[in-house]
Amino acid sequence: MAFAVALIILIVGSVLFHILSPWYLTPLASNWGMIDFTIDVTFWVTGFVFVAVNAFMAYCIIKFRYNKEKRSEYQPENHKLEFWLTAITAVGVAAMLAPGLIVWAEFVTVPEDADEIEAIGQQWHWSYRLPGDDGKFGNVDAKLITDDNPFGMDPDDPHGQDDRLIESNVVHLPIGRDVKINLRSKDVLHNFTVAQFRVKMDLVPGLVSYLWLKPTKVGEFEVLCEELCGIGHFAMRGKVVVDEAADYAAWYAAQPTYADILARPQGDPVAGQAQYAVCVACHGPEGKGMQVMNSPKIAGQEDWYLRRQLNYYKIGARGAHPQDTFGQQMAPMVMTLVDDQAMEDVIAYIGTLPDEPAEATITGDAERGEDIWVTCGACHGHEAQGIKALNAPRMAGMTDWYLARQLENFKADIRGRHKDDLYGWQMAEMARILKDDDAINDVIAYINTLGETQVAAASDGAGAAYSGAEE
Amino acid sequence: MTATLIFLALLMGAVVWWLVRQTINVKPWVASAPSGAQQGVGFLAPPKVALGVLLAVITSLFALFISAYSIRMELSDWRPLPEPDLLWVNTAILFVGSLGLQWAWRGAAREQWPAIRGGLVVGGGCALAFMAGQVLAWQGLAASGYLVASNPANSFFYVLTGLHVLHLLGGLVALARTSGHAWAGALAKTRLGVELCAVYWHFLFVVWLILFGLMLST
Amino acid sequence: MAQVAHDAVTDADLRPFEVAEEPLYHPKTFIGKYIWSQDAKIIAIQYGITAIGIGLVALVLSILMRLQLGFPESFSLIDPANYLQFVTMHGMIMVIYLLTALFLGGFGNYLIPLMCGARDMVFPYVNMISYWVYLAAVLILVASFFVPGGPTGAGWTLYPPQAVIGGTPGTGAGIILMLISLCVFIVGFTMGGLNYVVTVLQARTRGMTLMRLPLTVWGIFMATVLALLAFPALFVSCIMMILDRLIGTSFFMPAMIAEGMQTAYDGGSPILFQHLFWFFGHPEVYIVALPAFGIVSDVLATHARKNIFGYRMMVWAIVAIGALSFIVWAHHMYVSGMNPYFGFFFATTTLIIAVPTAIKVYNWVLTLWRGNIQLTVPMLFAIGFIFTFINGGLTGLFLGNVTVDLPLSDTYFVVAHFHMVMAVSPVLVVFGAIYHWYPKITGRMFDETLGKIHFWITFLGTYAIYYPMHYLGFEGVPRRYYAYGETAFMSESAQDLNVAISIAAIVVALAQVIFIYNVIKSLFSGEKAGHNPWKATTLEWQTPHTPPRHGNFDEDKLPSVYRWAYDYGVPGAKEDFIPQNVPSEEMAAARAQGETSAQGETKADG
Repeated sequence: MAFAVALIILIVGSVLFHILSPWYLTPLASNWGMIDFTIDVTFWVTGFVFVAVNAFMAYCIIKFRYNKEKRSEYQPENHKLEFWLTAITAVGVAAMLAPGLIVWAEFVTVPEDADEIEAIGQQWHWSYRLPGDDGKFGNVDAKLITDDNPFGMDPDDPHGQDDRLIESNVVHLPIGRDVKINLRSKDVLHNFTVAQFRVKMDLVPGLVSYLWLKPTKVGEFEVLCEELCGIGHFAMRGKVVVDEAADYAAWYAAQPTYADILARPQGDPVAGQAQYAVCVACHGPEGKGMQVMNSPKIAGQEDWYLRRQLNYYKIGARGAHPQDTFGQQMAPMVMTLVDDQAMEDVIAYIGTLPDEPAEATITGDAERGEDIWVTCGACHGHEAQGIKALNAPRMAGMTDWYLARQLENFKADIRGRHKDDLYGWQMAEMARILKDDDAINDVIAYINTLGETQVAAASDGAGAAYSGAEE
Repeated sequence: MTATLIFLALLMGAVVWWLVRQTINVKPWVASAPSGAQQGVGFLAPPKVALGVLLAVITSLFALFISAYSIRMELSDWRPLPEPDLLWVNTAILFVGSLGLQWAWRGAAREQWPAIRGGLVVGGGCALAFMAGQVLAWQGLAASGYLVASNPANSFFYVLTGLHVLHLLGGLVALARTSGHAWAGALAKTRLGVELCAVYWHFLFVVWLILFGLMLST
Repeated sequence: MAQVAHDAVTDADLRPFEVAEEPLYHPKTFIGKYIWSQDAKIIAIQYGITAIGIGLVALVLSILMRLQLGFPESFSLIDPANYLQFVTMHGMIMVIYLLTALFLGGFGNYLIPLMCGARDMVFPYVNMISYWVYLAAVLILVASFFVPGGPTGAGWTLYPPQAVIGGTPGTGAGIILMLISLCVFIVGFTMGGLNYVVTVLQARTRGMTLMRLPLTVWGIFMATVLALLAFPALFVSCIMMILDRLIGTSFFMPAMIAEGMQTAYDGGSPILFQHLFWFFGHPEVYIVALPAFGIVSDVLATHARKNIFGYRMMVWAIVAIGALSFIVWAHHMYVSGMNPYFGFFFATTTLIIAVPTAIKVYNWVLTLWRGNIQLTVPMLFAIGFIFTFINGGLTGLFLGNVTVDLPLSDTYFVVAHFHMVMAVSPVLVVFGAIYHWYPKITGRMFDETLGKIHFWITFLGTYAIYYPMHYLGFEGVPRRYYAYGETAFMSESAQDLNVAISIAAIVVALAQVIFIYNVIKSLFSGEKAGHNPWKATTLEWQTPHTPPRHGNFDEDKLPSVYRWAYDYGVPGAKEDFIPQNVPSEEMAAARAQGETSAQGETKADG
């Protein structure tokens, strides 16, 4: 009896939970309302079966509970009943399958006039490519991917020259236009998901998959990776911004073409030396940094990372948080670099400074730090040498007190949460794996042990092809 | 996956057909006294049934490999490798081994010990010769630069032939046991063993023909 | 096959029984009896203890995962790399090393010979080896926890390229040991599986026709057939992945970068692996489910004191589900980037498989109709199974329908669905089955109150874990995430729900202590059970000794079977059940007559 009551409570409770649940499909932002409709149909059919069969079972448990005096009815089969149950089930199944197949037919046939874009996944970032004014994508090849050619563009293909390459997690789409999103992966499997669009598809290295949709709402939508892709999987995020046509055109015009990128200015270290005069006061003549001035070592840091951070200071993505006292000091200094050329020059000059490991100032349990580093090293490299492809800067041999402060800033949302800080979001999430106070010291203590071997390891690694057979 | 699906469809078809024969019109709830005929698949000895099941499992294994082969073959980097002529010789050797065991099987039915023992020797010897031949073929290929990892066609060649040889090795263990019985003169055990070995040898010969044909044609 | 007239058959007519008459190996020493045992019942217990032991490890891993998800800022031991390792090993252990091994190696070994009326498996020696090979597979798996880099963290699906390429935990020795362990498991299972199949086919006792087999045997038999044919797919993919990892072949590995550098791989197809994996992986679902279907049918019939409704339909449903399970595999791959046109075919086959599955559910429920239901502990678990399975089965209709799968795949909806349908449901059956056969295996009754407490916490607790979890999936919360961080579309309350789910999970996990305590305690202090405490009809309850000795039945004579396994509440019978080996009065009379008269006139035909 108690059991039957429990079953009835569960049935009623499940239905009520469904009705009252605050957790349900996110508001739709694409043309795929038919998917929601199919879900509704499925809910009605399955909900009916759920309630009917379980309620019948509860009834049986009450009605036919054990009685010593009674016998059960002896009825091995009932063909008529079995036939009708089968038939009704088949009808219910067909009612769910039919809309499913119809919508799927729509999903696999992309409208002919759909715009095309390409979303590219890699561990653990998104980037995008637009076909450019000629409407045709240039050839790409995974074999051509290098740090300097992250998209694997074929430089000889004329169609590629005007492709717009978006080295950013954020892409814009115009509202109300069909768009086919081609999906390509540089390394492992990923999955392009925007919950509000409903559709998703895996990215598979070695082939191009696709999905299509028509955005119907202006706004920002998060892109999630939903196919396990390694340690950073949970922090592989991007953003789709759906714009009105005019906003989209403005955004589009600002994106560099492949040709633009090839023609970017080269830095001149001699000119950079003059620019560096501003920096000397704090970072020191050899860029070694000065703890008293709260200035980190910059000599030996990779150019792409310096460029990105200088830009962030310039646009206010860094050094603008009220609690980021030292960042606020840096921000006005960057304004002395008036244009891209000046910035390239100073970066080039920093590249010529001698790179000696900074002094260790932090102590901790390096062994425990090594365990933690399994996660960190997935991006920053096992030797903390930094990996450009993963947008992760070098840490070995750099000033450790600075690392500690930045980790704390990331954890406290002082750094990395600005909407234009494209890769800081990920680090802010990752810094949270350092859950207790000692963890930061421990992991830095481990990084300090990597300092000496860093230079050799990094220069070996760059040339040698990674082999799966290697340990 | 077509190859595997065809195999499974045939197998499932056979199972269903057999079940239908067993069960159609049976009313299980009717009590009746037992009849001897209701038991087992025509009273085959369990080891024979077990061999049948094992062959189905091995067929499934090779069918899946062949499916994988045919899917992988469609991709652009596939460069077929030249099958060494030695393989033709090996095929012939394996065929002779199969004939030898057939001879032993016939001998076992008629209790002709020389035929049994001779057949076992031919079967075992040919299997060993075949394996030696396969090793030579691998060495030849490797020497001319067709390494396992250099192309998927090579990888499949080595894996499929290697797996086939492994199965033959397993068979040799059974053959050795049967030979033990044969030389000890235990007729019942020898009969069963020879029959099982012969079926297994024929089976591996057919598998080899299919694999070899597949590799020749692609 | 002609029906033979009852009245004139005597034992002398029957062909000698080949298997059972072979002498069994009777060891004298403790080690021979309990360690290197060739008795299927001992082997079953060895399988059971090993499987449950390693399953407890997986249970602990799941609690560690739930701690991280419920309280993401609290447990410094759990970092993203560990988390993925927990996810992977939890899944792999539960599916393969616990459920497959327990249902087939454990229940299969114990019940097949007893229920078929055989003295033992047909190849006891191979059967023994099968267990030791399984144990080796488990030990290799456990070893991977202790190698540098730890066990693999690629997810239980082990998808390449990430399973063997940097950026995933355990791509060193971890993944290699995992793949080797699986290969070893498959070899060991094949040895056991040959035994189960041949025993069912060839070693049934007189009168035990296929259509008189208890559904438990049908379920285990069909699951074994599926496993024998499907495991080679896993074997093939493991071998190919080992080669990709160790000697740099490119079966599955395309040209790609890893940790920022070009690799030497070229041209392989990750989707090929997925096809092979799911060609094994989907039948695997039914390898776990079919034995549960079978066992639950027998438990229901016994405790409802009623024949199973629609026995023939039940058998055909098992066969149909088994056959269909080979042509639905790509429903796991709707969004994998495979040719999208496959979606039409696989969605259709997948929804078709719902029909035989639904028939099974109807027949279970109809078995209760006009029954005489005793709510014993095994019965509670059986009905709990039906409820859970209905829920899990129905959500399968969401995911199997290709369109609905688009928003839901890779979210917590999937996690909730497969836990309902192939984790909680079969585990409820495992518990029910252990309570049901405990009196036979040990000769003692378990503590019923503890059993009921265990049931209520487990049943309600798991429902509280997984039912709300579907709704996280609707909201789009992705699975296999270490933490969610600031994710705009997820409601704040989703984290509260995660906390609640984690607490429920911890409670359920702790409740299993009650079960283990009950099993051990009752071994010593449980009431004596007698031979047939449930008044069941099947042959395992008719043994002359409880627990059954080596050889199972009377030393000189195997039981003869006169009826199916479901003669409960037969009109006119003295009691409300008639065991399978009891002849009707006319048959008994005819038999007595036949033995005195000359040899029977009827011949058994072929």
